[in-house]
Amino acid sequence: MSALTEAPPAADLPVRKASVRKRLVPYWLLVPGLLWLVVFFALPMVYQASTSVQTGSLEKGFQVTWHFQTYWDAFKEYYPQFVRSLLYAGTATLLCLLLGYPLAYLIAFKAGRWRNVILVLVIAPFFTSFLIRTLAWKTILADGGPVVHALNSLHVLDVTSWLGFTEGDRVLATPMAVVCGLTYNFLPFMILPLYTSLERIDPRLHEAAGDLYATPATTFRKVTFPLSMPGVVSGTLLTFIPASGDYVNAELLGSTDQKMVGNVIQSQFLRVLDYPTAAALSFILMAIVLVMVTVYIRRAGTEDLV
Amino acid sequence: MRWLRRNVIVIAGLATLAYLILPNVVVMVFSFNKPNGRFNYSWQRFSTDAWKDPCGVADMCGSLSLSLQIATWATLGATVLGTMIAFALVRYRFRARGAINSLIFLPMAMPEVVMAASLLTLFLNLGAQLGFWTILIAHIMFCLSFVVTAVKARVMSMDPRLEEAARDLYAGPVQTFVRVTLPIAAPGIVAGALLAFALSFDDFIITNFNAGSTVTFPMFVWGSAQRGTPVQINVIGTAMFVIAVVVVVAGQLVANRRSNSAKA
Repeated sequence: MSALTEAPPAADLPVRKASVRKRLVPYWLLVPGLLWLVVFFALPMVYQASTSVQTGSLEKGFQVTWHFQTYWDAFKEYYPQFVRSLLYAGTATLLCLLLGYPLAYLIAFKAGRWRNVILVLVIAPFFTSFLIRTLAWKTILADGGPVVHALNSLHVLDVTSWLGFTEGDRVLATPMAVVCGLTYNFLPFMILPLYTSLERIDPRLHEAAGDLYATPATTFRKVTFPLSMPGVVSGTLLTFIPASGDYVNAELLGSTDQKMVGNVIQSQFLRVLDYPTAAALSFILMAIVLVMVTVYIRRAGTEDLV
Repeated sequence: MRWLRRNVIVIAGLATLAYLILPNVVVMVFSFNKPNGRFNYSWQRFSTDAWKDPCGVADMCGSLSLSLQIATWATLGATVLGTMIAFALVRYRFRARGAINSLIFLPMAMPEVVMAASLLTLFLNLGAQLGFWTILIAHIMFCLSFVVTAVKARVMSMDPRLEEAARDLYAGPVQTFVRVTLPIAAPGIVAGALLAFALSFDDFIITNFNAGSTVTFPMFVWGSAQRGTPVQINVIGTAMFVIAVVVVVAGQLVANRRSNSAKA
């Protein structure tokens, strides 16, 4: 790295000119891309902040009036959707971890020559548009379909509807369907980072733990799981962040009782055209997610994640 | 019982795999369905009608070609800009590195709906005409960070002495870059580009906010979920799946053969 930035001795003018040009190289490389991010990512945040404190109407136009009341009103009206979003996204993240860990472990340590085949199968769902795949869940969970029938005859639905996850003998248009869709959609984002960090573990550590009379369960608890923490952290982030803002699963698999905050932002922006409320909601969501993510990364102790 | 206990991880892993694959199977099977109503949600009878006439639905293939165009241009833009940033980050020292890193990291740590909504407020305030260009701008924006991450990982693991060796053998800076640096960084750049293409082609949330009345393929699918889902959607989904799997498997075989011949 240093060889390229070391300025050569500035003996005469041409050399110094060349060295100035050389020192500018990193900036030429950085500027176009960063400018793109500043103008189309950072600047929009400023515009959104200003929109959120405007008042007015679509016909008369909106003016900045520093009307912070919008934030309070928006939160008061839509806090059920906020709570629901965090609850659904949290549940989906937990389920992704529980379902994804065995598969990542299988690929990393037990698959042998099947490893690449299973990896392709994990990535393969991406090759079909996620909206089409989410619609397929409508077929899978359809009323009176084989899945609902099986769950019904095993009395699973009795338990879940007692818990409030489903209603009667329906799965579609219930919280369970939405969480199931969210879990499904973000599962590969959990599996891949888990696999990468599990794959780096030296298998001899397992043997060593066994030689020291650790049971398989102890080996997992004391050796494997701690070493896979980076994967757990980035996997949960990659799952929770998109899930918290998602509105596709709630719209396609849920009913009006399962609307998440993403649905509210979408309809306020694109149908109701109440821009200040929509911008305020979007800002609150961003703040909640950023705070949760920062606290989580601090707690998990992997700050060199980026 | 002991067998079950010893293989519990394998069984759980395979169950998860089945959960992941099941919707793709359903999409494939239902591409051969002949539904009674407008919605293709329940099995009626076998038919290959949709496969014989994949573009038989109004506007669908148009939206598909629009999505492919946008994905191609967005991939190109994001890959060029992202590769430049990645090289600068790894190879040079400069001020405000922390701020630059967080500017690149934040788009990946932000719920898509927030980015989509804020970008829309920018376009509304500027009075921009929503359509092809606003979609392309948005797609380059959110693909950029992913390309930077992919390329950076590769460039970081590169041995700088290879370039020094090229210089020592009297290669000019351009020649060194084209014949040494670029070929070594290529896998990272290709990975970034593929990721960008997949992200752009499949994006719905950001596109939905910034497309105006322009309809990309994901937006067509979204709209059809309200109006009625034609079987052709499943045909396109299945075809995409098959093509991609064939490409991946072929690429793997070529890579294997190459590494085998390198060993020999």
